Amino acid sequence: MTGYLIRRLIYGVFVLIGVNVLTFALFFFVNTPDDMARAQLGAKRVTPEAVEKWKQERGYHKPLFLNEKLSGIQRVTDTVFFDKSVRLFAFEFGSSDQGRNIGYDISTRMWPSLAVQLPAFLIGLLVYISFALLMAFFRATALDFWGVVLCVLMMSVSALFYIIGGQFLFGKLWNLVPISGYNGGFDAIKFLALPVLIGVVSGIGGNARWYRTIFLEEISKDYVRTARAKGLSEARVLFRHVLQNAMIPILTGVVVVIPLLFMGALITESFFGIPGLGSYTIDAISQQDFAIVRVMVFLGSVLYVIGLIMTDLSYTLVDPRVRFS
Amino acid sequence: MTSLRDRRPHLTTLLAPLFVLILAAGCSESPWNNPYPAAEAGSNTLYTSFSERPKHLDPVQSYAENEFAFIANIYQPPLQYHYLKRPYELIPFGAETVPVPVYLDAAGRRLPDSAPAERVAFSEYVITVKKGVLYQPHPALAVDEAGKPRYHALSEADLRNIDTLGDFRHTGSRELVAADYVHQIKRLAHPRLHSPILQLMGEYVVGLKELAAELGKAAAGLPEHAFIDLDPHALSGVRVIDRHTYAVRVRGKYPQFAYWLAMPFFAPVPPEADRFYGQRGLAQKNITLDWYPIGSGPYMLTVNNPNRQMVLERNPNYRGETYPVEGEPGDAERGLLKDAGKPLPFIERVVFSLEKEQIPYWNKFLQGYYDASGIASDTFDQAVQFSGQGDVTLSEDMVKRGISLQTSLATSVFYMGFNMLDPLVGGQGDDQMRERARKLRLAVTIAVDQEEFISIFRNGRGLPSHGPVPPGIFGYRDADAKGINPYVYEWRNGEPQRKGIDQAKQLLAEAGFPNGRDAKTGQPLLLHLDTTSSGADSKARLDWYIAQFAKLGIQLVIRATDFNRLQDKLRRGTAQLFFMGWNADYPDPENFLFLFHGPQSRAKTQGENAANYSNPEFDHLFERMKHMPNGAERQAIIDRMVALLRHDAPWAWSFFPKDYTLHHGWLINRKPNQMANNSLKYQRLDVATRAQLRRLWNPPVLWPLGLLAAVLVLVAWPAWAAYRRRERRTAVAGGVS
Repeated sequence: MTGYLIRRLIYGVFVLIGVNVLTFALFFFVNTPDDMARAQLGAKRVTPEAVEKWKQERGYHKPLFLNEKLSGIQRVTDTVFFDKSVRLFAFEFGSSDQGRNIGYDISTRMWPSLAVQLPAFLIGLLVYISFALLMAFFRATALDFWGVVLCVLMMSVSALFYIIGGQFLFGKLWNLVPISGYNGGFDAIKFLALPVLIGVVSGIGGNARWYRTIFLEEISKDYVRTARAKGLSEARVLFRHVLQNAMIPILTGVVVVIPLLFMGALITESFFGIPGLGSYTIDAISQQDFAIVRVMVFLGSVLYVIGLIMTDLSYTLVDPRVRFS
Repeated sequence: MTSLRDRRPHLTTLLAPLFVLILAAGCSESPWNNPYPAAEAGSNTLYTSFSERPKHLDPVQSYAENEFAFIANIYQPPLQYHYLKRPYELIPFGAETVPVPVYLDAAGRRLPDSAPAERVAFSEYVITVKKGVLYQPHPALAVDEAGKPRYHALSEADLRNIDTLGDFRHTGSRELVAADYVHQIKRLAHPRLHSPILQLMGEYVVGLKELAAELGKAAAGLPEHAFIDLDPHALSGVRVIDRHTYAVRVRGKYPQFAYWLAMPFFAPVPPEADRFYGQRGLAQKNITLDWYPIGSGPYMLTVNNPNRQMVLERNPNYRGETYPVEGEPGDAERGLLKDAGKPLPFIERVVFSLEKEQIPYWNKFLQGYYDASGIASDTFDQAVQFSGQGDVTLSEDMVKRGISLQTSLATSVFYMGFNMLDPLVGGQGDDQMRERARKLRLAVTIAVDQEEFISIFRNGRGLPSHGPVPPGIFGYRDADAKGINPYVYEWRNGEPQRKGIDQAKQLLAEAGFPNGRDAKTGQPLLLHLDTTSSGADSKARLDWYIAQFAKLGIQLVIRATDFNRLQDKLRRGTAQLFFMGWNADYPDPENFLFLFHGPQSRAKTQGENAANYSNPEFDHLFERMKHMPNGAERQAIIDRMVALLRHDAPWAWSFFPKDYTLHHGWLINRKPNQMANNSLKYQRLDVATRAQLRRLWNPPVLWPLGLLAAVLVLVAWPAWAAYRRRERRTAVAGGVS
């Protein structure tokens, strides 16, 4: 087990190096430091001297990968790649192109993201699995048929429609919750209710159908017939036995996203004015602050790798037969 | 013994918090959808929004409208614009009076005010600062019992519990002095602040360029974030005369300098602020002057969370300014002088909430949670309607809500530029080539129907431009019989009419492209338009442009590009046609006509002349015009310059945008001012009316919740019944006998 974990972590490091090199190349070849400087300095009265100064101050004047003017290790360390990308492995995020400390911003903005994402994730999971189990229970009946039709309809609708429709109905027409905004503490509930509800509802279609498929596959297995033959109620068969045995495919899709909950939701945060990491990333992209974008891409990769390792570990918890070597 | 069943949480237990929440919301006087704390309901607070976090709040760096919206209300430059009067007029703000420059020759001898620009080596502005003005309370100015600064030597332990500026227990203030203004002018040359106007001001303010070089050298030997003390470095052209007086010496005659004195670039910053923020550790917590301003203006920034909300609160130390007692004709009738002579500011707090999307913003305005709003294209028809005579009026719904509409022409211009360095549209080569290119440009200018564009894509919010100088700026001529652009318009039936497409085709044929084809080769004429517009939203607009060019048989190729690529092409002079705009820094024609000044060519000198237009006569007239006071002589020169531009057509003249803003009836004293960004202090709120209308407009509608519950029951009940039936059913029909 330990050996397996170490191996996976080493693989993870290689994945991160790959992501890092790729994003670095993407950002610095497509968008040169001159472009970044001009994006930050604005469109009015920007002089070449100001661009040069901006680059120098942020270390963008150095060579990208190899500093041929220096010798020894400095040939590699005194480069833009080392400064901007290698340091990320030590979680030194540095300053944004606007001069703000990125680490500090992330530490303050991850909590609003989590405040939306975590309840939406947990409630969503409960609703999707319950709905899918009900459809499985009523399989081949009119209830199942119309449930699937509803799911297809719901998954055909864009997430943006749910957001705008939800804001219109609950915020504007019925005046039940604020249309957008955010506040800390107990007051946050009234701002989070709608985005969480929309997060859950918009995911019902796709997720319930997916889980239904998993459950139907399990239901056709011999042990289910045996359980029924022993006289167990259908509810007990489904919620106790089928659900437990369907956990592997469920965990495959679920555990991997848990760490990514910190990263926030791009569109939801933007529309609801929630100051999380999703809107932080969107802002950085629109303002061409690539220091932030690089960090967020790296952080996303780290969390994804962690999610994959957690998924593997979770298999051992639900299925004792799974052992890593 | 407690059974397992008993230990399960009962449904009512689970739902109890929800009931409590609904009950609490129901008992509250505040509407359920109120995005602000209920305690603020009756407070004298203006609610507005920002859509993008400001990049800079340091007055030497900030150069964007969304940043000025904050700092123009915090800082106190020497001058400001009169809130009501038009044309725009400079009045004192931090200064006692508007300074009148003293002209000096190269030897420093005083010259008469009427001295010609060629003789004037320097202009000196002596500025007397108002006495008794105090800074906002700020930890940088906090002193201990011995009078020493409390927070200028912070240790790591001191910083442990500091996350925002509000975490400092003590604050202090002191009187604003002339040296603070001088310190700020020095900050323009600070090597780490990258002031966008350093190069421009370096050309004028004596010694600024040298100071920048000196500070650059000093900074080179220091660690990355080390504090740079400006005190030991002198700025030769700026001097403190006494505690409340300072003088700025600029090269030559530069009457536009007075306008710069009304911008935050020249607002005072106490040297203590730089010492305070320059301490190691504060920047790591994002506590910088760029993020936490320190001013002496009517407001101070008390909450700075650009991720969610920024709050300005009345500066308790601000006093002495009163509401204007005169305005332009009609202001009194509009009720804008009712508060004449009353002390400013009226509003105690201004809450800026982050609102990135237009739909929530608009709906919250209609609910009364924002006090004012612009009008986006999506909501235009909902807000505004045109009468049979073409007049703009508010829709019935807006009128019912007591919303008012204000329109004003922006001091901006939009245009489609021709790159004059391009062989085809610029006509590099002999006179004949240049003339052919000129006719091609004129043909395009006529063909692109700006009136139609404004009608379709801007809902009528614009005025077709006949030259670069917008209305409200000296030098502008109304588009009447004498004022129209005669190369593009004709005066018919008492109004300007765009010339017919036949005339444009004739010009195109004379340019060597009859019916849009090269007369020699027969090849179709292709023109390339570089634009940052892309995506579905822009498609209709770009298709419209293609259709306009197609009227002449010209094939327009749209080259979608990003902002950086476009800027790069403009810098290299490789774009052919491009869209561009300019927003005035100050209300002077020089600030528009310099966009055609040859020495400021974008491709040659990285200047603002993006079309790379060059005309020796125009350049000569520009050099004369820029030093002149407004008057008949200056107007005549501007007329000649505009005539040259109309003839040469380096731009396809587009339009001057018109701003439409809405505000609720409870917001008083609101008047559009395109130059002043510090207008918050003049506005007043009728808080009681707002609170009452908010309650009236936003009663919670509960029946959908009941309906939802009923639907759930209706769905759940047959499912439950079916479940029970299935559970009771035997394996064999009829049961086991």
